[in-house]
Amino acid sequence: MPLLFAALGVLIGVVVALVYPGYIPSAYTAYVAVALLAALDSVVGAINAYARKRFRIGIFVSGFFINTLLAAFLTYVGELLQIDLYIAAIVVFGARIFQNFAELRRILLKYDRVIDKI
Amino acid sequence: MENHAGAKRFPGYIALVAICFLLGFGLTLQIKSVYKNKSVVVDTEMARADQLQKTINDQKDQNDALVKQVQSLQKTVSDYRDQAAKSGDADKTLNDQLTNAEILAGISAVQGPGVTITMNDSKVSASSGTDASAFVIHDIDILQVLNELRDAGAEALSLNGERILATSEVRCAGNVVSVNDNRYAAPFVISAIGKPDQLKSALLMRDGIVDVLSQWGIEVDVATSSKIVINGYSGTPQFNYAKPAKGGD
Repeated sequence: MPLLFAALGVLIGVVVALVYPGYIPSAYTAYVAVALLAALDSVVGAINAYARKRFRIGIFVSGFFINTLLAAFLTYVGELLQIDLYIAAIVVFGARIFQNFAELRRILLKYDRVIDKI
Repeated sequence: MENHAGAKRFPGYIALVAICFLLGFGLTLQIKSVYKNKSVVVDTEMARADQLQKTINDQKDQNDALVKQVQSLQKTVSDYRDQAAKSGDADKTLNDQLTNAEILAGISAVQGPGVTITMNDSKVSASSGTDASAFVIHDIDILQVLNELRDAGAEALSLNGERILATSEVRCAGNVVSVNDNRYAAPFVISAIGKPDQLKSALLMRDGIVDVLSQWGIEVDVATSSKIVINGYSGTPQFNYAKPAKGGD
């Protein structure tokens, strides 16, 4: 059931964004991209947690906003320091998305005893 | 939603839908923006190219108009001179001197026997390990040909119709050659008025300039002619710094 709500939310978001006349200024697209990756990680993590019956709405909500803001902030700091710090966010969140999907797959296939490998 | 748990979980589901809404909204908006920014970049580049093209065209038109103006002024000057020549002997001597000076300065058109040299870049492609620039014509190659022609007694020279003056430059400017501040690309046609056989043999002698250039595959064609017309310099010679020295001969 929560998956249905999640899908509904994403669908409404896509439709609203397509109708929405504004755009993200090109100067901010780098921050938004990293923030979105963090958001995606939170949602995939939530699905994984839900499948393991460990889902807590508080962790999900706080993780979503804090990870997103932190990722954008890291990108900004990286820009100040002339280091591509956003790569750290991309690597971490990218790897976690894969990890979460891998665990989810094993749970769905009932192989959930081995959960630490991709 | 199940009725018994509904009251407690309702805010949680609201948060879930809201967050997933944010995710979908953000992703879609981002993708939209990235596509739009890409097309904006392409648009500005196109607009810039258009603008530059327009500037070039405007400048060319201006240039053409100025050339016409110069020609009409030169005609006025020659009309005055013809009138002056008709008026007396002393004036006639002066007029002859003026004509000679004009030929030497290269501002009047001249004709006579001579040679036409056509130079073209090598059709041999540079193999690996060789310098590709050795197979194209450089300013120094043209200068050597011009120098050889002067040595052989050429009295008037032009490169692609541009009169070579005492002050003319022959200079590489990218892949074109600049003469009298006008730019020309290969093939280069050099016209020279002088004794045709002498000019031709000066160029074609063993280890001469044509011999050397043809080793690189640069095509040099030398044709003699009994009548070659070389136009005068289309601009006006200007001397901003050199003035006649006082008390000198």
